[in-house]
Amino acid sequence: MRSFLTMLGIIIGVASVIILVSIVNGYMSSVVESFASMGVNRISVRLTNLSSRSVSVDDMYEFYEEHRDLFAQMSPNVSVNAVLKKGDDSLDMSSVGGYSEEYLDLMDYDLEAGRNISYADIAARNKVCVIGYYVASQLFGSPTEALDQTVKVNGYAFTVIGVVERQDEDELEEGGSDDFLWMPYSVATKLSRSADITSYTFATIDTDDTDTCKTLLEDFLYEVYRNDDLYNITANSEMLDSLNEQIGMMSAMLGGIAGISLLVAGVGVMNIMLVSVTERTREIGIRKSLGAKRGTIMQQFVIEAAVTSSIGGIIGIVLGAIVTQIAGNMIGITATPTPAAVLISFSVSVGIGLIFGYMPANRAAKLNPIDALRSD
Amino acid sequence: MAEVKNETREPLIELKNIYKIYHMGDEEVRASDGVSFTIYRGEFVAIVGKSGSGKSTLMNIIGALDVPTSGEYYLGGEDVSDMTDDELAEIRNKMIGFIFQQYNLLPKLNLLENVELPLLYAGVPAQERKERALASLERVGLKEKWKNMPSQLSGGQQQRVSIARALAGNPSLILADEPTGALDSRTSREVLNFLKQLNEEGNTIVMITHDNSIAMEAKRIIRVSDGKINFDGDVKDYAAIL
Repeated sequence: MRSFLTMLGIIIGVASVIILVSIVNGYMSSVVESFASMGVNRISVRLTNLSSRSVSVDDMYEFYEEHRDLFAQMSPNVSVNAVLKKGDDSLDMSSVGGYSEEYLDLMDYDLEAGRNISYADIAARNKVCVIGYYVASQLFGSPTEALDQTVKVNGYAFTVIGVVERQDEDELEEGGSDDFLWMPYSVATKLSRSADITSYTFATIDTDDTDTCKTLLEDFLYEVYRNDDLYNITANSEMLDSLNEQIGMMSAMLGGIAGISLLVAGVGVMNIMLVSVTERTREIGIRKSLGAKRGTIMQQFVIEAAVTSSIGGIIGIVLGAIVTQIAGNMIGITATPTPAAVLISFSVSVGIGLIFGYMPANRAAKLNPIDALRSD
Repeated sequence: MAEVKNETREPLIELKNIYKIYHMGDEEVRASDGVSFTIYRGEFVAIVGKSGSGKSTLMNIIGALDVPTSGEYYLGGEDVSDMTDDELAEIRNKMIGFIFQQYNLLPKLNLLENVELPLLYAGVPAQERKERALASLERVGLKEKWKNMPSQLSGGQQQRVSIARALAGNPSLILADEPTGALDSRTSREVLNFLKQLNEEGNTIVMITHDNSIAMEAKRIIRVSDGKINFDGDVKDYAAIL
């Protein structure tokens, strides 16, 4: 009973370390996952073109073609402030922009109906568009009904050639991830009344090459601008890195707080062991009179402390794993105890047993056999 | 006498000028005040004295549970006077079998495990340990009960288990501290007869007691008073001065 109470401290300590660390990890990995779905392989480039130093779409495409071994897709981004109209219905929160034919792949979207913008559309400046699910359902009722229909963008008539699959499974809302319209970037520049394209998105083939790609872009742009204030290159993976760093800090911090409870449990172990040494003074005396050496007595008590805390540790791990699963299901994330959390909390609990068991064991070992035998 | 053939007159215990001095505040207590005597192999000696006479101190020193403040103590030719804790533990383990007034069995171990304990500390392999412990329990007539716990036995039986434990290590000296102190007169007699029998088989026995009638069962008596020896001689001579 008493050793169970001792263990309880360890059990709670180990379990809380595992639960906290696992849930934080599970939560964060779900954040990371949603981040990754936004494309960790993407690099966005913003330019400030001067009359003397500028990079045109053709320059950018030239650079892109040179490095097809590293880049998967590239698209200029020309955003247009626009209101979409069809008859009396209008949408004014939609994100409207001009992109290349590779933008669909770059975003990793699939089409629900119709076809994608083609290179020919860009070259011929065809007023065609690919729209999001929300736009299709709001203005036309359904994706299939939208095909070949006309939508007015700031008064210009565009033919709907494709509808993108629904992205947000939960809700369709104004300004959401399904509320957009894409047109050929060559058309968008006309609509926005600016031939100057200042924003591009690149996608790398391999996320690991992000740094290489970024450096290539920097070198290329610096060559032209000679001033790194005139351009800005951001890799999504950098944001992911800093996010991961924050996750690491957060789980270390929470783990540390839970670790304090392990320490408290260790003091509990020491307390119980000290009581046990006092209570068993006579036993120690008997053992010593029969020839037990200091080391033997020491061993007996240290092993006892270590066994108590490792049993507590194992129960704590099992309990922690179960609670993690339940809590994970409740929050709606997949939280599984990481091997590292299990390993660390277990070895810490055994270590604490050994460290806090040492003092009482040492006291037991040094007892004078005569005094020990005389005690009741 | 029957035991003469066993008595080789080889000294087992030699105490030379043993002092044990405690300091109680300013006061100096001489629990042993210059004690010297020799006990030979095969003897059965009773050390008698009232409580506070210094007989327990003597028993602690003879039992290698404590070291004297000054003086020399040879046990089987080895100087025990200034050994370390662990060396004393080894001497106790190899050379001395203790029989205590309170039996001092470990309540959570069964009889066999209790008797095995000194052998365990001596590093005897498990199989041999069990055989020797069982043989030892057989000598005290409790072999069949080896699975029992000490609490299931009567006082006399428990004392027999502690004798079995003392014998298991095959010690040179059996040191009995008030072995009958907690027993009724009938079982006391049994235990004393058993000790006598062990002595006749050649074992050296030193028994500490405050009770003269118990002491009379030994062959030689050493009487202690105020830390000094005031009688050392044959039991017949002791009877004469009582």
